[in-house]
Amino acid sequence: MQNFELVKPASVADAVRALARDGAQALSGGQTLIPTMKQRLATPEVLVSLTGIGEMQGVCTGPGGLHIGGATPHAVVAREAARYYPALAALAGHIGDPAVRSRGTVGGSLANNDPSACYPAAALASDAVIVTDKRKIAVADYFQGLFTTALDEGEIITEVQFKIPEKAGYMKFDQPASRFALVGVFVAKHAGGVRVAVTGASENGVFRWHEAEAALDAGFSAARLSGLVAPSRGLIGDLHGTPAYRANLIAVLTKRAVMAAS
Amino acid sequence: MPKDGGIGASTVRREDIRFLTGKGRYTADINLRGQAYACFVRSNVAHGRINGIDTSVAQSMPGVLAVMTGADFAAMGGNPAGWLVQSRGGETMKEPKRPVLAHGKVRHVGDAYAVVVAETEDQARDAAEAIDADITELPAIINMDTAIADPSNRVHDKIENNVCFDWGWIEANRAAVDAAFHSAPHVTTLELVNNRLVPNAMEPRASIGDYDSGTGDYKLYTTSQNPHLSRLLIAAFVMGIPENKLTVIAPDVGGGFGSKIYHYGEEAAVLAAAKALNRPVKWVASRSESFLSDAHGRDHVTKIQLALDKDGTFLAVRTETKANVGAYLSNFATVTPTFLHGTLMAGPYKTPLVYVNVKAVFTNTAPVDAYRGAGRPEATYSLERVIDKAARELGLDPWELRRKNLITTDMFPYTTPVALVYDTGNYQATLDKLIELSDKAGFEGRAAQSLARGKWRGLGLSTWIEACGIAPSALVGALGARVGLYDAATVRVNATGNISVMVGAHSHGQGHETVFAQIVSDKLGIPASSIDIVHGDTSKIPFGMGSYGSRSLAVCGTAMTKAVDKIIAKGVKIAAHMLEAAESDIVFEDGKFSVTGTDKAKTFGEIAFSAYVPHNYPLETLEPGLEETAFYDPANFTYPAGAYSCEVEVDPETGKVTVEAFTCADDFGNVMNPMIVAGQVHGGVAQGIGQALLENTTYDENGQLLSGSYMDYAMPRADDLPMFTVDHSCITPCTHNPLGVKGCGEAGAIGSPPALVNAVIDALHRNGRTDVVHIDMPLTPSRVWSALN
Amino acid sequence: MTKTTMTVNGKTVSSETEGRTLLSSYLREGLGLTGTHIGCDTSQCGSCTVLLNGLQVKSCTVFAEDAAGAQVRTVEGMAEADGSLGTIQQAFQDHHGLQCGFCTPGMVMATAALLAVNARPTEAEIRHHLEGNICRCTGYHNIVRAVMAASGQHVAAIAAE
Repeated sequence: MQNFELVKPASVADAVRALARDGAQALSGGQTLIPTMKQRLATPEVLVSLTGIGEMQGVCTGPGGLHIGGATPHAVVAREAARYYPALAALAGHIGDPAVRSRGTVGGSLANNDPSACYPAAALASDAVIVTDKRKIAVADYFQGLFTTALDEGEIITEVQFKIPEKAGYMKFDQPASRFALVGVFVAKHAGGVRVAVTGASENGVFRWHEAEAALDAGFSAARLSGLVAPSRGLIGDLHGTPAYRANLIAVLTKRAVMAAS
Repeated sequence: MPKDGGIGASTVRREDIRFLTGKGRYTADINLRGQAYACFVRSNVAHGRINGIDTSVAQSMPGVLAVMTGADFAAMGGNPAGWLVQSRGGETMKEPKRPVLAHGKVRHVGDAYAVVVAETEDQARDAAEAIDADITELPAIINMDTAIADPSNRVHDKIENNVCFDWGWIEANRAAVDAAFHSAPHVTTLELVNNRLVPNAMEPRASIGDYDSGTGDYKLYTTSQNPHLSRLLIAAFVMGIPENKLTVIAPDVGGGFGSKIYHYGEEAAVLAAAKALNRPVKWVASRSESFLSDAHGRDHVTKIQLALDKDGTFLAVRTETKANVGAYLSNFATVTPTFLHGTLMAGPYKTPLVYVNVKAVFTNTAPVDAYRGAGRPEATYSLERVIDKAARELGLDPWELRRKNLITTDMFPYTTPVALVYDTGNYQATLDKLIELSDKAGFEGRAAQSLARGKWRGLGLSTWIEACGIAPSALVGALGARVGLYDAATVRVNATGNISVMVGAHSHGQGHETVFAQIVSDKLGIPASSIDIVHGDTSKIPFGMGSYGSRSLAVCGTAMTKAVDKIIAKGVKIAAHMLEAAESDIVFEDGKFSVTGTDKAKTFGEIAFSAYVPHNYPLETLEPGLEETAFYDPANFTYPAGAYSCEVEVDPETGKVTVEAFTCADDFGNVMNPMIVAGQVHGGVAQGIGQALLENTTYDENGQLLSGSYMDYAMPRADDLPMFTVDHSCITPCTHNPLGVKGCGEAGAIGSPPALVNAVIDALHRNGRTDVVHIDMPLTPSRVWSALN
Repeated sequence: MTKTTMTVNGKTVSSETEGRTLLSSYLREGLGLTGTHIGCDTSQCGSCTVLLNGLQVKSCTVFAEDAAGAQVRTVEGMAEADGSLGTIQQAFQDHHGLQCGFCTPGMVMATAALLAVNARPTEAEIRHHLEGNICRCTGYHNIVRAVMAASGQHVAAIAAE
């Protein structure tokens, strides 16, 4: 890969200053960025490592629900979120593999917005708030298509606030090679209504399946979904599955996520 | 009782100590003083004409020592095919030159056309990116039917229709086979794809070239399964240097599975660069490069037909196969789909008439060559799938249909209609053992439990047989082989009684260092800890053809055994002299030479010492020293065989198949180390399950490899596989080698894919979906779901 | 070039690095610890697995300078003080949990990470934990047995041979 300067700020403020430099890019767990740099598809001149910033670490409850520091690794979420939000903890515990979970972070995942990543589904279904170094972004405004978000250049996700639903379940169907989600469906039953968020399937990234939400609002049981066909327009077709196959998975996984919800 | 050492013992492996402590020495771990680094520039188009390559910017970049292109190697020889195959009409196959670096045209994505050598790996890569090649893209030839149909679009300009050969086996039998089909009461036809695989040994290929300008000696460290063959190809065919001026060292090698049998252009390039720069040049492939440039495996499209009597008796088998050989002929590319495939199309069955037709087709894809099993998995898959389909069409039990047609024990030696002579076997025994071990009787109960959970359970089987220990040389020579297929070993007994055994076989995971020492220990009655097995260095070993085709033990192990026999024979002479007895009265047992009927004896160590300190020695009739070499050329192939079953669950909602159980009942002849044999079967089965379920090598119509990394090429992971049940207690020893061994390395990969696919089809049929008669591998969730919807 | 210092297998070490120097290169080229292997370039195969502050990581996907000051453990640090095989290593040898040996260092380190948090894993837990470590030789059967044995459990309980 091309060379760069690695800087390791100890605070968000220092990180923001470093990111203002020409050609600077944030480095969180690096589990996607480093392979991308090896392929020379990313060529930053300055990499700002966020892993040493204490204020961006940790899991706690707060007014926004479950507050998770942007640089908190998946393994920590899997362990520490379990008693507050088991479905979210389970999701974190099945991202990648143990080594990915040691390094990869919630902020990194949401900032990258890979269309097959798991966290975007959780964030959307949890009506999360994305907290950055300069503002709070409602999740409805955050995801803007493949690998695209509302983040400005140099803006850092310092925290993510997940609303804790009454019940939730996540079903991920692994793409057999990468172990990313071929399709993943996160179902969350909030006091104000059910949210069904789908990842892995759409050419526009994570989305809500509104018809399923309406059906589940009428009664939170898998039976309510019977006969509901997921839209196959705009779904990804690749060597792992056609759009029609992904549409089928959306329906099957939504049903199973409801059945597994706790 | 399990033995605690010697032949038949599950001795733990001595090589494990270095692998487990990080002291293995793989090619990438070796750094020579003053070495530079090579980076190859590879085509990003599948097919194109090279108009010019501008290297000027790259030449001037920091650290760059040399830039070489295909033109610099144009005068060198080509990397040859190992077998010359004759087409049905008698004409010899087309053999286009395979240059060190592409020259004139690039013919697949990943085809290397230049190399940059620089002080560091990063500098070499930086400069490689600065090379500006003017390449006119030509239409990519990917699909084999299109390749044959279009006479104008050619991978190699002189080869019309892109056909390498059109082979019939056995052509003289064709009319009789056709007649049998014409009059057969039932004919089952199946068209299938044997999917292309990327071997993916975990160690990527790597090579270091070194040159001594004082002596003119070249040295190559490389990831090879057979360093002597590489030396021969590089020295005699490609570079035109004397064989005695080239040493090839294959140190620890991290798996091969066929992909490291062959000589690749990178090896010649680093040697040439080392000479040009007078310093060592190292290259280590990235995994992405491996995907694009390692020889791939399989890639057959086959139509197979089975003619049967109404009662299920097999009357004839007929196949038409198109075998993709990729852009160039890799070293074994022509023998794999022919003599390693067509000759096995009788399987373990009595089928009296068999005819096989194979067309080998050039395409703009990576070269295809032998991959674990090599031709025999393709034969087994075709045969075992069509038998299963025939059983369903005729309403017969697929287990009993197979049993009815198996060659019986009274028929050996058995000459097949495709020209092999099976020396021995007991196919009923392995089938019976499989029925027992797979708990076939309990299957219905397990299927009911699965159904209660919404899953469809299926049970499938296959039988398999292979010809391995490929030989004899006279026969393979008559069939077009350009090399002999013997092997060699030297047993060097040192004066102090310890032993170095230099073997031509190469271990890249098989455990030769342990097993070969077990055998020598057993034969000589001395502890295995006093015996070292030396392999992988042409400067130390007499000769060898390396390891592939499940041949190491049957061929090289036999050479080694014969060398040990010579040591014992010489020891008898020395002992007779020392003990003042007739040679005929000396017996060698438990490491001692004794005079029969007396307590007079000399230990092996005393004899060895006497051979090197010959104070009391028959010098007038016997040379001092105790070192013997044997070359062994087998009298026949060996024929391991067995029966496999697979139990799967299908999730009808998602199409996902999970393997619940896999059972293997094999006959490998005598077993030297049961632990290692079991491990070989486990690994082979995992690769077979990978082929049947996961591994999907896909080129798009432009010849881009879509499955070019582990992000898209699904390797079997720990959670994709079950625990396996393997058994090798059914033993019919090979009749023509002294150890009675047959070979076990490829078995698992040969027998497993059809068992798995048969199991999935069984699951569908049991649950009412009898309309689905075939799904092509890999049976991904998407494909199974699509077949159901 | 910067001098980067960390603790590897209990010893304080330092070596020259650039920003782009990966922890795997630091170990292999900088320190000559070639037991850590490189089997891919997409962070999938796990051959380069080491422990970083006790956590399982792929050393090809961590920058050396990001690991400055950390505690790193590699396969070279898994033997007993007298040089004999450690418990996990011994279990791999006893149960034939390796063939070509290339993925083996990663498997050993992944096993160490698993057993540190789960002293008696089930077969399913072992298989799930090892999903980021690819082996092409063994079919994982004997690796699973080795991990079982390394955790002091009866290997016979999971399956026959």
